[in-house]
This record gives sequence, structure tokens and C-alpha cells, in this order.
Amino acid sequence: MYSAKVMDHFQNPRNVGDMPDADTVGSAGSPTCGDILKLYLKFHNGRVSRATFKTFGCGAAIAASSMLTEMVIGKTVSELKSITNTQVAEALGGLPPIKMHCSVLAEQALKSALEKR
Amino acid sequence: MKPIYFDNNATTPVRAEVFEAMRPFLAPDGGFGNPSSLHTLGQQAHAAMESSREQVAALVGAADPAEIVFTSCGTEADNMAVIGAAFAHRDKGRHLITSAVEHHAVLHACDYLEKEHGFAVTYLPVDRHGRVSPDDLRAALRPDTLLVSIMTANNEIGTIEPIQELGELCRNAGVLFHTDAVQSAGKVPLDLKEWPVDLAALSGHKLYGPKGIGALYIRRGVQLHALLHGGAHEKNRRAGTENVPGAVGLGVACHLALKEMATEEPRVRALRDRLEQGLLERVPCAYLNGHPAHRLGNTTNVSFDAVEGESLVLALDQAGFTLRNEGLPGLEISTGSACASGLLEPSHVLKAIGVPSDRIHGSVRFSLGHFNTDADIDAALDIIPRAVDRLRSLSPIWEDRQKAGV
Repeated sequence: MYSAKVMDHFQNPRNVGDMPDADTVGSAGSPTCGDILKLYLKFHNGRVSRATFKTFGCGAAIAASSMLTEMVIGKTVSELKSITNTQVAEALGGLPPIKMHCSVLAEQALKSALEKR
Repeated sequence: MKPIYFDNNATTPVRAEVFEAMRPFLAPDGGFGNPSSLHTLGQQAHAAMESSREQVAALVGAADPAEIVFTSCGTEADNMAVIGAAFAHRDKGRHLITSAVEHHAVLHACDYLEKEHGFAVTYLPVDRHGRVSPDDLRAALRPDTLLVSIMTANNEIGTIEPIQELGELCRNAGVLFHTDAVQSAGKVPLDLKEWPVDLAALSGHKLYGPKGIGALYIRRGVQLHALLHGGAHEKNRRAGTENVPGAVGLGVACHLALKEMATEEPRVRALRDRLEQGLLERVPCAYLNGHPAHRLGNTTNVSFDAVEGESLVLALDQAGFTLRNEGLPGLEISTGSACASGLLEPSHVLKAIGVPSDRIHGSVRFSLGHFNTDADIDAALDIIPRAVDRLRSLSPIWEDRQKAGV
């Protein structure tokens, strides 16, 4: 059902954890919907220097969160604004149609982090 | 490493004895005859079918093997009972009663009758353990009620319904009573000749038989419309050339289940109890879903707070990787979480027993079976708490709860 890339990011999630000195924290989802993503970002010289996440959700939600943190590191704010859910899904080697909302969760968490910045 | 299989309510492996009994009826030079044929090959197939029918009848305690009709699966048997009874008895009325926790094979058949054929259906609620109340059934029966359908035991939480009491109410009211016995057949004794039950469905692949075969018990004298129309197979009740290898496999599976039930049920129950108690002791914030006592001995359904069920299913399936120890076996289980269902709908059973939605997301079902051993339970009690811990270490909900000291 899942691509090898999704399984890799689920089994070996990158950049897990909270970040006490984060510059901004974005979140998306709710416990009732069954998924919550919290995204922590640290900026240095106008670019994301560190990104971490914590996620409650299915395998695809955890993989999308992990992939998102890899995608945002090194990016400027304007570059971050152009990241879409489709890009997250593509980077994961695709998601099953009913799991596309997990990539939307990633985009929403990123937007929320940028709004709160 | 061989995975540990705890998903026997989804399907069971075919037992070696079943496979061997089926082999002659599948082999290229074997008994491929059509049971309707008059020649020797046909009559051999016919004889094999009839001996299987006796074995199925014995398992469910039918008075007469002629009360057993072979179907293609449990779903067909349930559909035949519900839709076949509704069409045959629509002159009596257009009302059916079922429960909120039935399998979709019954619920969606009822839904079809409501939407496409103008029947009315009452869905009885259940208590927090998943039991239907006889008082609720008594109150729901109407003069135009033609059928009541209540499962013998629930597939997700294992709760056993008070079938004899519910059936008695139906019999006194002159209403047909169907029970979906797919999960209970082979696990607990059934005595349909003594019980006030008119129709009962079962399935081959839930009791170590093959997929593609089921059966419907139809009490002598009960009229049903057929779902399939064609030849005079199964005494005009189910057209279509018989699945001889499937029926033979189902027969042997029923025979083994009946022969071994007295020893096998307590053995599996003891394994299940050890797994369940071990999990509830070792994992904080874990909760049992289902009836503590009136429950199938092989089933336990547990909610783990702050963990999503689909991710737990994946983590356990790939335990060697997720727990960074390739020596660990995978564990195969299911979840009631919406994220794991094709329609993103959380379990209707857990909703009906009042489990809050966040706890439904964290629910998983362990259904044990014939091939499980003490060593499986030891491994599971080592692996599951670690997998839950690992997912909780990723979970913002768990983090918030830890900070709040809940």
C-alpha cells in the first residue's frame, strides 16, 4: 500500500522531537480527526537551520512529517511559502489517494508555522 | 523470522488436514466431477458434498444436514438470510430489526432493503460492552416485523450476544430469527436444533477452511427467496455449480473444530488472557474494549491512548525495523482506526459501545487462534509495549499529557 520511501520515513523518521528554542511552532490536525502534526522551525541568516516534528497519526502522516522537515531545512521564508502538499507526496514516492490528506496536514502545519512567525 | 499472526478474526490459515482433504478435488487428475452429473465422477463429487454437509451440520448442531446450504462466503450467507427472508415474507410486513454492531454483511444488506425496496429497519443500540438488551428487542418488535438479525459474537470486540434469549422473544412473537455466526462457529458450541434460531451464517476461512466457501443454516420449513437463479442446485435454494473442493475443506474444518473445541477453546483463552492482562499491566493508559466475561476466548480489543492504530499496526508488522532489532518477529493485527479503513470511517462497533473518537483511533484488535503458542505471547508482551512507547515518543498528545501530569 505504501511506497518504500514512505516506509523508510515511517521506520526511520528524521528530525523527531520538540525544540525548546524554536523560532516558530506550527500545528495542524486534531485528535478527533486522528492526526496532529507539530512542526518546530529555527532560522539562521534567513534560512531554516533546524526543523523538528512531533506527530500523532497514521504511517503516512508520520512519513509526511519527517519528509517535510527534510524539505524545509535550508529554505528561505519565500521558498517555504511555495512548498505544496503535492510536493511532499511526490517526495515520498506518492501516497495512496485516501492518504493524500496526510500531505495536506504537512502543508497546513508549515503554513501555520509561517503565520505564527 | 516467521511473523506472529494475531488476526484470526480477519482470516485463518488453512489447516494441513483441510488442505490434504481438498487436494484430490483440485488435482488435474482428481475428483473434478460436477455433483449434478449422473456418472461415477459426478456421483463421487456429490457424495463428498453430502458428507461435508453432515460435518457442517454437526458443528452447528443442526437436526438435519439438509438444513445446510453451501454459499460462496459468509457475506453471501448473511445476504441470503436477510434479503431472502425479506423478499419471501414481505406480505407479512416490511420491518426488520438488527443491531448497531453487526458486520457490514448484515448492515449493508439491511441498508439495501431500506433504500432500494422500501423496508424499514430498526437498529438496536448496545450497552458499553456491546450487548443487545432483550428488553430493547421486545420493545422494537412490531406486528409487521418479519426478521430479527443479531450476531452470535462480534468480530471486533468478541462480545457474545444473548442469542437464546433474543431468539425466544422472536419465536414467541412469530418472527424469524437470523444470527450471523461467522465469528462464533468453531470457537464456541452452537446447538441450533435446541436454540430458537431459524437462520445462521458461517464462513470457511474463519475456521481454518478455505476462502470462497460459506454456509447458511436454514431451519426446516423456513422459506427464503434465492439470491442466485439458475439450476436446481442446493435443492433450488442456491443456484450455481457447487464448489466441491471448498465444501470438502469446510467440512473437514468443521469436523476438526468440533473435535478439538473442548481442549482448544480453553488453551487459546488462556493465551489471550495472558496477552491481555500483560498489556494492561505493562502499558500505561491502555483500555479494554468489549465484554469482560461474555466474550470469545480468542479476541481482545485494546485502546492505547495517544497512539494512532494504523501506525501501531505498521510498527508491529515491521517490528524488526521499527524497534531496530532485526531478530524480532513482525506481529500481524488490525485496528478500528479510521485511518486504516478504506473509507476513513472509524469502527462502527467501537462508536456504538461509546468509545470516544480519539480512543477509537488508538484501538487495535488481537485475535488469536489455533497456531498461536506461549512463545508468541512472550514475544508480543516484549514487542508491543516497546512499539507503543516508540510511537508515543513521536506523539504530541502524549507529550502534552506527560507535561500536564495526567
